[in-house]
Amino acid sequence: MKSFEFFEPTTLAEASRMFTQEHAQLLAGGTDLIIGMKAYTETPQAVISLQKIPGLAGIATDADNGITIGAMTKAREVELSEDIQQHHTALAEGAAEIGSIQIRNLATIGGNIAHASPAADTVAGLLVADAQVDIASAGGERTVPIEALFTGPGQTVLAPGEIITAFRLPRATAGSHYIKHKIREVMDLAFIGVAAAVDMDDATITDARIGLAAVAPTPIRAIEAENLLKGNSLSDVLLAEAGEAAAAACSPISDLRCSAEHRRQMVDVLTRRTVQEAVARA
Amino acid sequence: MAKHPVSLTVNGDEHDLLIEPRKTLLAVLRDTIGLTGTKEGCSTGDCGACTVIVEGKAVTSCMVLGVTAAGKEITTIEGLASDGALHPVQRAFIETGGYQCGFCTPGFIIAAKALLDENPARTEEEFRHALGGNICRCTGYTKILEAVMQAAEEIRTTA
Repeated sequence: MKSFEFFEPTTLAEASRMFTQEHAQLLAGGTDLIIGMKAYTETPQAVISLQKIPGLAGIATDADNGITIGAMTKAREVELSEDIQQHHTALAEGAAEIGSIQIRNLATIGGNIAHASPAADTVAGLLVADAQVDIASAGGERTVPIEALFTGPGQTVLAPGEIITAFRLPRATAGSHYIKHKIREVMDLAFIGVAAAVDMDDATITDARIGLAAVAPTPIRAIEAENLLKGNSLSDVLLAEAGEAAAAACSPISDLRCSAEHRRQMVDVLTRRTVQEAVARA
Repeated sequence: MAKHPVSLTVNGDEHDLLIEPRKTLLAVLRDTIGLTGTKEGCSTGDCGACTVIVEGKAVTSCMVLGVTAAGKEITTIEGLASDGALHPVQRAFIETGGYQCGFCTPGFIIAAKALLDENPARTEEEFRHALGGNICRCTGYTKILEAVMQAAEEIRTTA
């Protein structure tokens, strides 16, 4: 690893000012950055640790079951949070899919998202939770919906000096589910990640959200598939239509893990499975 | 680059060190403090050989900068035995023969200890899944799991 200057600011404003310099990197859990630095794919001259800034970690639930997750919250805490397990099951399931327990004790949800991998395990769950991303800089604060955060693989709308501070999940979801398509049970990257969330009125799906990871340059919502589900009750025909629509929404690549064709077919299959399970849980 | 003054508590002993920011916690433990029980395997977080406990949580120490561990309590394999008595997990690994070359063993024992502290009432399947971040290239895992189940049983019945 190359040498670098290490900073541990205690306020967001200070961290943001440091982060505007060139060749500076933020350090959250370190599970992506430190590996990148060892491989010389990341060669920052300044590393700015966020761990001494108060208020960035933790999970808070408000009276309406809205949940705020601090950006520095460990993946392991997201996975084990009873409120997230109950109200945003897909997100808890996604967090539990990251690496190993040792890695989840280090990795943060903010880092998982800011790294902007299209295959990030928490992103599909955040998409179907309608998460709002709180961003701070020395110049002020703003909020961006999670689906508007990403612009390409490893790329986001974050400007120099901007730091993700929290994810706000505005309301509870009746039922949701995440499936990671992978080879190894743990310590694997997603070939595909699919999350579905539904709200129900008796047998009628009143709202549906489908999040897809690792099948396009950025994580995406399958809006047409969602619209097909809304206002209807579950049937094999409806599931088949939704699966097809989700597959049509993605633009996967072929890589060493699997082909684009396989990814597209599996989006169809996994959309049906996640929607069915989300409805069963609602 | 400037070295940083860092105080670490390792197995109850405080160490005041001057360390370069690019040194991982693993390198600090092994090279600076001289505790070589913690092993460097892959150095990318995949194999779990470098597992140590930081503030009660098992972490891969190859992915932690030593400077960010300042002020924290760290437990390594050298700190598990107390008053000359091995920890139940250590004893179980010896009694079941849960190792061959032994390189992955400190990581497995530390990871298992953290899991047992959290909840010793896991099923074998749950332990197998929870230890998925530790790789052994010799044993095929059967005796490792036997050791963990034996230690879990002992901890449950003596708690």
